[in-house]
Amino acid sequence: MDFWPTDDQLALQEGVRSFCQGRFPFDTLHEIEAANGRIERSAWKDIADMGVFSLRNDGFGVSDAALVFEELGRALVPGPLVATYLAATHLSEAGAASGDTIVGLSEVAEPVTVIEHADDLDVLLLLDSSGLRRMAPDALPTDKVERPVEPLTPLRVAHAVTAGGELVLSGDAARALRLEGTLLTAAMQVGVAFASIDLAVEYAKGREQFGRPIGQFQAVKHMCADMLTRAEVARSAMYAAAVNLEGKGEDDAEHTVRVAKMLAGDAAIFCGKTGIQVHGGMGFTWEVNAQRYWKRATVLDTHFGNSDDHADAIAAAM
Amino acid sequence: MDLRYTDSELAFREELRAWLREVLPSVPPEPHRNDWEGRRAWDTGWQRMLFDAGYAGINWPKEFGGRGATPTEHLIFLEETERMRAPYVGMNFVGLLHAGPTLIAEATDEQKAYHLPGILKGEHVWCQGFSEPGAGSDLASLRCRAFRDGDDYVISGSKIWTSFGHTADYCEMLVRTDPDAPKHKGITWLILPMKAAGIDIRPLRTMEGSTEFCEVYFDEVRVPVKNRVGDENDGWRVTMVTLAFERGTAFVSEMLQSMELVRDLTDLAKKVTRHGSTAWEDAGLRRDLAHLSGELDALWALTKRNISEAQRKGLVGAGGNVFKVAYTDLRQKLGDISMRLLDRASLSLDDMSGLPTGKHVKGRIHALSIGIAAGTSQVQKNIVSERVLGLPKDR
Ligand SMILES: Cc1cc2nc3c(=O)[nH]c(=O)nc-3n(C[C@H](O)[C@H](O)[C@H](O)COP(=O)(O)OP(=O)(O)OC[C@H]3O[C@@H](n4cnc5c(N)ncnc54)[C@H](O)[C@@H]3O)c2cc1C
Repeated sequence: MDFWPTDDQLALQEGVRSFCQGRFPFDTLHEIEAANGRIERSAWKDIADMGVFSLRNDGFGVSDAALVFEELGRALVPGPLVATYLAATHLSEAGAASGDTIVGLSEVAEPVTVIEHADDLDVLLLLDSSGLRRMAPDALPTDKVERPVEPLTPLRVAHAVTAGGELVLSGDAARALRLEGTLLTAAMQVGVAFASIDLAVEYAKGREQFGRPIGQFQAVKHMCADMLTRAEVARSAMYAAAVNLEGKGEDDAEHTVRVAKMLAGDAAIFCGKTGIQVHGGMGFTWEVNAQRYWKRATVLDTHFGNSDDHADAIAAAM
Repeated sequence: MDLRYTDSELAFREELRAWLREVLPSVPPEPHRNDWEGRRAWDTGWQRMLFDAGYAGINWPKEFGGRGATPTEHLIFLEETERMRAPYVGMNFVGLLHAGPTLIAEATDEQKAYHLPGILKGEHVWCQGFSEPGAGSDLASLRCRAFRDGDDYVISGSKIWTSFGHTADYCEMLVRTDPDAPKHKGITWLILPMKAAGIDIRPLRTMEGSTEFCEVYFDEVRVPVKNRVGDENDGWRVTMVTLAFERGTAFVSEMLQSMELVRDLTDLAKKVTRHGSTAWEDAGLRRDLAHLSGELDALWALTKRNISEAQRKGLVGAGGNVFKVAYTDLRQKLGDISMRLLDRASLSLDDMSGLPTGKHVKGRIHALSIGIAAGTSQVQKNIVSERVLGLPKDR
């Protein structure tokens, strides 16, 4: 047993991290936000050139992908990253790996089915219990959501989910896609959680009240420590799920993925909220980035089943 | 202890209800949240209606133009206006609940004669210029400087988080008049006309995208010395006097809104289906909502205890301190439960697919500010542990 990332994995993660810092600094995210979350084709191409969508074709494993997606989550990189990765990996969708085709994935859901980044998609995948259907992005009748909670994730809401498109995956193959999508979403949630912690800790060291850094107050220390506790626990579950899904573990992969998604979802929302609290009034402003993590955490929780859905499934199997 | 209302309280409620039924149909629809001119007109228009009917300054003493109502009547007033969906106090908040009471306690007759009627009639909107970029939880460390120059104070510095700063006429402002004195001893309370020359007001966006608070910059702004309330350098005490006016009613409207949110969420849960059954059939969700609903009942009982204590003793005790911590917690839990229930319908600030979801999403965001505004939860807990429980101070 050696449950620690290898040097190669750490180097891969480090490489993605510095790419994200260079390509998606906060200034760039703010510009994207001001442009209603529209995806710039050249930026998408740069993400593809980093190898994000072609990881598996390039010989990397699921746990490598998990480490990469943790970094993408940490940097709040916008766009249907998991969907395009899944299309390249599970469907060999033309142009997905190279970044020429932007692929979105929507789950047929209650009470509403929404399509993220609809205006920028080339292909839409629709996932429901029967499998995965592939269609044109405008195949469904939709309305624009005027004020999405997270402006970096623009939405359209489908008012009727009609049959149509071409069934491209079903049965075990569709399940495998769903499982990997769930894991990589959990990885992004872990990244979001850690990024909120970093921002909060940095603020707690610099902000002074009562003549000392607020990080000197135990109340603030404990908020930060609580965040780290939840995030590290979730990260452990997520790494375990990645390794099991890769076939290098002893537990049922689906179970471990569910645990990861449940805990990572809760951790990301908790860390997002607590990160805002550490910032005081600043945390409640648009300008300060603490709220952006909370908003992304909210969006990601709804992908591939929210925390409650996974808890239900875990309970059903107990 | 008796939770039943007295005959005179019931009569007060009946009279108020009758009046609300009569006037509410003539109230125009609520303006858009970022239509500040419209909102000002709406809020102050309602205040004028209250004034004409004798309900303005419900808790203010009669001699200053108020109604002199008891804390219980104040509670009834808030309860009925909220239940019947009358406009909320809105931007009259600072004038009616903060600046006004301070003026009543500390201002000169001349200041009272001019300002109190302005607040009661909805002619003047006030804002609160206390917090600064460097002085939030540690309010007494504020640095916005005022020099005495003849009959004026000359103010330089800045304030932040000034809610409704861009629509207000006056600001209750704390300035530093003696930088050499210990921090609580060099502060002065001023009435600042927001139209004074040298004031630059820049709206700040909240995380929801609303521009309800502002940064305010002061470049040698002149304010006459006669606008000072209380003595020079005695502003901290003047500020604290207002806190004693709080009779446990501060969160009544909020609480009623929360109860409605829980009821609405329950209705939604009975309608919305997930995986083939309604959300309400989910025992976990039902239990969570039941806990919340029970906690709200308990906080409502706590509110009544606090109000009764204030009625008896003139001041709210420990119950007032724990209220906000408990309420913040509850609202944040409610927010997260609503999100799990609405799932992807929680991703829009507006209603989605004909479901009344927008208010739950906005409520979930609002909940994040409750633990920050007017004393953060951490500071509240310090107060509870040190002032209520007598634990040694860590400062
Ligand atoms: C929606 C909203 C409306 C507001 N409206 C107004 C207004 O109209 N007028 C006005 O003057 N102000 C207003 N405020 C400001 C509000 O009062 C301050 O935000 C609040 O007092 C916190 O100060 P701060 O933002 O500087 O945070 P900080 O004091 O910097 O706090 C940062 C973090 O440190 C923690 N902390 C600080 N000191 C301690 C301590 N001693 N022990 C433990 N933890 C500590 C806090 O809990 C917080 O988590 C408003 C704020 C909000 C969010």
